[in-house]
Amino acid sequence: MNSTSSTAAQSQPPSRLANHFQTIFNSLVNTVAIPLTGISVFLMIWAAGAQSIDTSLGAFPGPAAVYQQFGKLYLEHNAERAKADAFYQRQEQRNNQRLDVDPDYTVKVRSYTGKETFADQIATSLVTVISGFLLAAFIAIPLGIAVGLSKTLNAAINPIVQIFKPVSPLAWLPLVTMVVSAVYVSPDPLLAKSFLTSMITVTLCCLWPMVINTSVGVAAIDSDLVNVSRVLRLSALTHVQKIVLPAAMPMIFTGMRLSLGIAWMVLIAAEMLAQSPGLGKFVWDEFQNGSSSSLSRIMAAVIVIGFIGFLLDRGMLQIQRLASWDKNSAAR
Amino acid sequence: MKQDGIVRVLIKRSKLAKLTTALAVLTITVSPFSHAEKLGYPEKEELTFGFIKLTDMAPIAIAYENGYFEDEGLYVTIESQANWKVLLDGVIDGRLDGAHMLAGQPIAATMGFGTKAHIITPFSMDLNGNGITVSNEIWQQMKPHIPKMADGRPVHPIKADALKPVLEKYKADGKPFNMGMVFPVSTHNYELRYWLAAGGIHPGYYAPHKGDTSGKIDAEAFLSVTPPPQMPATLEAGTIYGYCVGEPWNQQAVTKGIGVPVITDYEIWKNNPEKVFGITAEFAEKYPNTTIRLTRAMIRAAKWLDENDNANRPAAVKILAQSNYVGADYDVIANSMTGTFEYEKGDKREVPDFNVFFRYNATYPYYSDAIWYLTQMRRWGQIAEDKPDSWYRDMAKNVYRPDIYTKAAQSLIAEGLMKAEEFPDFASEDGYKGLQDDFIDGVVFDGKKPNAYINQFPIGLKQGDVL
Repeated sequence: MNSTSSTAAQSQPPSRLANHFQTIFNSLVNTVAIPLTGISVFLMIWAAGAQSIDTSLGAFPGPAAVYQQFGKLYLEHNAERAKADAFYQRQEQRNNQRLDVDPDYTVKVRSYTGKETFADQIATSLVTVISGFLLAAFIAIPLGIAVGLSKTLNAAINPIVQIFKPVSPLAWLPLVTMVVSAVYVSPDPLLAKSFLTSMITVTLCCLWPMVINTSVGVAAIDSDLVNVSRVLRLSALTHVQKIVLPAAMPMIFTGMRLSLGIAWMVLIAAEMLAQSPGLGKFVWDEFQNGSSSSLSRIMAAVIVIGFIGFLLDRGMLQIQRLASWDKNSAAR
Repeated sequence: MKQDGIVRVLIKRSKLAKLTTALAVLTITVSPFSHAEKLGYPEKEELTFGFIKLTDMAPIAIAYENGYFEDEGLYVTIESQANWKVLLDGVIDGRLDGAHMLAGQPIAATMGFGTKAHIITPFSMDLNGNGITVSNEIWQQMKPHIPKMADGRPVHPIKADALKPVLEKYKADGKPFNMGMVFPVSTHNYELRYWLAAGGIHPGYYAPHKGDTSGKIDAEAFLSVTPPPQMPATLEAGTIYGYCVGEPWNQQAVTKGIGVPVITDYEIWKNNPEKVFGITAEFAEKYPNTTIRLTRAMIRAAKWLDENDNANRPAAVKILAQSNYVGADYDVIANSMTGTFEYEKGDKREVPDFNVFFRYNATYPYYSDAIWYLTQMRRWGQIAEDKPDSWYRDMAKNVYRPDIYTKAAQSLIAEGLMKAEEFPDFASEDGYKGLQDDFIDGVVFDGKKPNAYINQFPIGLKQGDVL
């Protein structure tokens, strides 16, 4: 993939130039043509298979139906935005009218109360997953470092981690819902309860891989490095900063990537079950609607969910490349 | 403003409020609008209401879409809920300010059958609107037992007598006859039981004092809970042979060709009270103006829905077909909402009162309606012990709140938005509908004598009976 630039190629003798074009061609075939063929074969199988599956909501949506749905979702989004603008205008008028009669009134602008569009749901899901993930990272990485540094702490915490790690988000969800609604009581909450519930569920599920990977990474530091630190008599904080963190970075990031993937899967399930806003709710609502376009809309959501999951993973990989001194580890 | 969606979820109250205040003050336009406000401003302006995807949630959707909520200074977010339990819990724990509820829910909650919480209802949402559907297989077996009209179509209403021989056959084969309803205290449960029992089929007793809340004691037909939108799928899967549910889920069975509606609840009990709007007693106490105002908005919506002989129904169906409301196909919802009901495929009949939102004082929360539900709870053992007639009366008064309704209606009349003749005569109304004899089995219901009423049924617990 790291082919030399074309200016460099011009200075090469002709035979090597031909050779060079050959490599470019090969890499083009590998990176573009083959995946494209794969996708088109998949689309063909999908289209052919979809026709032969007849559900009670009509035929299973093929690629064309899903493509159309994307267009419709976009139009709905625009229509909703227009309604939102009208809503704010009406609200401003109403507030002004009230100020005329009731000058003491403190005007408040309320957010649009209409439905969330597909784009809104995507944004909500993204914000939720990232907040849940960051909260988990904030807890898990320091904890993992501590566990990795101390054998005693490791022995104490390891069983707990091992037991909670395989727990499905769906098992946590009822507990989280009840706890959030009991503990988080405020007349005018800054964060919606449904958001907190999904976020905490995500956090609980993606905490563990990060703890484990960080601790393993920290525990596996080359003893030479630890000895250097001893010889230099580094303070505990400097030891963590200069020796532990850089050395454990690849493992920490591996844990984070794993966690982010889990977080995204968990979130969709949690939204679906808790009916909190987001892509999961979109899917569930469409299933409940049972209209003739429901299946194609769900399929559109499935594609978007997959695509976002992919982008999240790539994004994490990119951050890992930037942050890690060991460039090779990122390729894993 | 493009990012509202996220902002709304994350931050309920805009931090820009102060800035916008300044802007709003700057842009004051002198408006001619000034009407003598007798009713105060709402104490709570931002509200979240829950609903289940059924056409009878229409008053909420219409009050929103037609701007009636906004006219009251209420900013309402409407959220669909997964099932009746989630919805009720939402209202109890404050996630929802109010919701479209089964009439039995506020009563059962206040009584403590299921989750205990004091829920009240200032507004009754509609009359009728349910149906009983059986699978194609059952329908074929029922058909020979149903008398036919001259044109070969079956005579309606179809009684459960036609189902009885089918059920006997299943019983003889050792197959349990399973049917679906939407919630233990739902109208649908009581209607299905009423219909079955009127045809001599025992639907089973509850015995909460013995910890039995499945309602299958002595049952010949076994009723279980399925969320409304999942009914057709469950019927198709063969888990149940029939169900009682609200629209559009009966019509959808016809459209999908998986079942046949045999009777509407209009034929089981003409103009029976259906959903109510439930809020906590605490909410009504804390926010009296908000409560009256939301009731006003929904009264106006109900009136709009029934205006000029259902002239607005097609427009209403269009709104309900949006994916954030009921979301089913236009044609499916339109079937029942526009005054027709399709039984077998092609057998479409006029049922102009299938969905009533305002006529016949549909929105007034009658005590006698609450008492009818209480009598059915007693009949099927959900209320385990005998209660005196006064207990029924007090319970109804605790939950149904015509006083709030009356205030809302009177202020609408005072403002000229409605006319006095559109409502019951508030001066003389005592909250009891009087004798009602429009039941499929001809038994007469007198809301003032609940115990005498339940004693009339051949199947069901009577005064003095304890399981």
